[in-house]
Amino acid sequence: MSTEAAPVLELRDVRKSFGPIEILHGIDFALRAGEVHALIGENGAGKSTIMKILGGFIAPTSGEVRLDGRPAPYASGAEAEAAGVVVIHQEFNLAPDLTVSENIWLGRELGRVFLDHRAMRAGTQALLDQLDSHVRPEARIRDLPVSDRQMVEIAKALARKARVLIMDEPSAVLTNREVEVLFRQIDRLRAQGVALLYTSHRLEEVTRLADRVTVLRDGAVVRRALRGELTEDGMATAMVGRDLQDIYPAKRHHAGELALEVRGFSVPPLVEDVSFTLKRGEVLGISGLVGSGRTELAEGLVGLRPASGEMRRGGVPVRIHTVREAAAHGMAYLTEDRKERGLLLDKTLRENLTLSTLPRFGAPFLSTEREEAALTRAIADFDIRAPRRDMRVGNLSGGNQQKLLLAKTLLSDPEIVIIDEPTRGIDVGTKSQIYAFIDALAARGKSVIVISSDMPEILGLSDRVLVMRHGRLAGELAGERISETAIVRLVMGTAEEAAKEPTHV
Amino acid sequence: MSDAALRPATGFRLPGLSALGPLLALILLIVLGAFLNDNFLSQGNVTNVLARSAFIGMIAVGMTFVITSGGLDLSVGSMAAFIAGVMILAMNALLPAMGVGVPLILLGMAIALAVGLLAGLTNGLLVTRAGIEPFIVTLGTMGIFRSLVTWLADGGTISLDFAVRQLYRPVYYSGLFGVAWPILAFALVAIAGQVAMRHTRFGRYCEAIGSNDKVALYSAVNVDRIRLLTYVLLGLLVGLATIMYVPRLGSASGSTGMLWELEAIAAVIIGGTALKGGYGRVWGTVVGVLILSLIDNILNLADLVSPYLNGAIQGVIIVLAVVLQRGKSAA
Repeated sequence: MSTEAAPVLELRDVRKSFGPIEILHGIDFALRAGEVHALIGENGAGKSTIMKILGGFIAPTSGEVRLDGRPAPYASGAEAEAAGVVVIHQEFNLAPDLTVSENIWLGRELGRVFLDHRAMRAGTQALLDQLDSHVRPEARIRDLPVSDRQMVEIAKALARKARVLIMDEPSAVLTNREVEVLFRQIDRLRAQGVALLYTSHRLEEVTRLADRVTVLRDGAVVRRALRGELTEDGMATAMVGRDLQDIYPAKRHHAGELALEVRGFSVPPLVEDVSFTLKRGEVLGISGLVGSGRTELAEGLVGLRPASGEMRRGGVPVRIHTVREAAAHGMAYLTEDRKERGLLLDKTLRENLTLSTLPRFGAPFLSTEREEAALTRAIADFDIRAPRRDMRVGNLSGGNQQKLLLAKTLLSDPEIVIIDEPTRGIDVGTKSQIYAFIDALAARGKSVIVISSDMPEILGLSDRVLVMRHGRLAGELAGERISETAIVRLVMGTAEEAAKEPTHV
Repeated sequence: MSDAALRPATGFRLPGLSALGPLLALILLIVLGAFLNDNFLSQGNVTNVLARSAFIGMIAVGMTFVITSGGLDLSVGSMAAFIAGVMILAMNALLPAMGVGVPLILLGMAIALAVGLLAGLTNGLLVTRAGIEPFIVTLGTMGIFRSLVTWLADGGTISLDFAVRQLYRPVYYSGLFGVAWPILAFALVAIAGQVAMRHTRFGRYCEAIGSNDKVALYSAVNVDRIRLLTYVLLGLLVGLATIMYVPRLGSASGSTGMLWELEAIAAVIIGGTALKGGYGRVWGTVVGVLILSLIDNILNLADLVSPYLNGAIQGVIIVLAVVLQRGKSAA
């Protein structure tokens, strides 16, 4: 790494403006063969724009993109791929109704007049084996969970025999085991001389993978470093531009009276016989693997899925069949899928903010002024940074989308808030803001359930932790007993064996 | 950056160019018509064009809500024929008991609205409760309504009793302050539709559902009920259009309301409502209806092109409208 190889793909003094607003201010950035270059920064710092420019999807307003020392000969994503520059997008580029195999060979199908299905399937299987993936080549993308789709997306990039591979937060939706596989593939590609760009909000991944780190802030490069020159703390500080103390709020408060009691709660077909309680002013964490039934449990509680079992709100039995009934009982759910279930991406901030509480904004005629006033308040309260307030929500950065979704969920002033993956794909600065919002909720006597795959988040936020496994409650931890090892044991199902054979611990 | 966002948008903002496109096309057509024929702007011709637009217009306003919420209704043309058939048969049957008079006609109107409501409810329930694609449901009911009216007419024509027809005629041919009743009704429906789409919860929910029905569901919107309402509303408006249409000819047959569904959908699309849903523009639909009628009218008045090519020209306009709108939104 010490020898400065000539860059394969390079940006020189690249600027990009959308309308009157300049997003990138003179970026120099280079990817070299056999190197992993991590690009990190907060949401909205300009990472996505840089990746889109490198991948040929958008052109810079000024400056140059150079491939092999010459101006890049491509003007579209397809041409860039033909030139060996492949992008793995955060929003998957897979056709949901085609099979895994059909997607992987899309546009480069084997066979002359007729398709050579067998060769394509064999090729797909080989790629999936390489990735240790259990996905079948015949499976339809629509039927696959997000993490499997990500693996297919990676397989597709491998099949393209990329010289330059640009990865936009590939690990965000993967389980730990899948992340390990991904890392092995990245190591392999690096050894083969591929130039890699990696982005992630998980700084420990950057430390482990990156030979070179570039830190962005507000559309400019603020720090360049080689492997080992920058600690995770240093990266976070460079990204945010200020010292980050502990990003988690101080553990608080004594929980109040009982807010919710759930007994023998089942959400077919996965969740079975779950019982727990929730107090006022408490943050209850729910941990477990993806697919353990956490989201299904939450959606069952707020009436999004048919469920059975007993629920008491403040001691009174309640039945909830729809989201409206849940809202009437002071319960709100913030989905993990903000782009497909949380926000209307082609509508404005105002229309999104008020959608679930629209009856409050006038009947029979809606009052735009009141909606605008609510938006003004939400923008201030939740620090939503939007270049224009009448813009489409789809053009906001992920962090600002999440803050808007939080504002929308809390607009009804619910007593019980269930937040599913509060900070997925969000930078560290916004994360700490969202943690502060959650803490403030609890401090005001509201009850918060946080569902998260992020272990530090569960540890940092929760007063109590429920762990789910295979649709059942695997255990509950409180106070001093909340620790990473204790949670992992419950998640993995090794706790019972350990209990039976204490000598093994 | 956030400072700019903190300021509420002030003042009236002009709609974008793509929104004004249909309006410009309409103005162009009016200028062209006036240029080609001196009679074009005469009160008689204007009234004629508007009154004929009114039927499709009322239906198209209802269609705007269905399409905005991600649905579609192909059955409206045959639904109109069916409603007209049932209404005329009912009035003829009640004539001996009630005699010729205003009550009979009012009852006929109530029956038309009730049949429209039931027909819309059928479509809506099949879409929301049975979960069948709107295209399939309304393709089916389109065939059913059409065949029912042909059956009721025994393959021929159902005619309203002559005396009743004389009494009913003014509902199409007369009006208030020189404006024909159908035109008034269309204007009221259009204004109410525009207000409902822009300023009520119903309109906002329609757009939300069409934009992403999962998000709407997660946001405590009663998705099925709103969808059902759009079909019921459309059924009622088809009933209203039929009430205005029956006095014009005084009869119904298997070919009544033929291809109205396509004209209504075309008007909605020309007006700038997205066919995939999520964005509705009622005033655009009104402009779309007028564009379609004016083309017809100009071809009939001027000798430039054979009126037989009317359909071809309308087809070009529809495709062109969508291409222009897409071109501008992509830019």
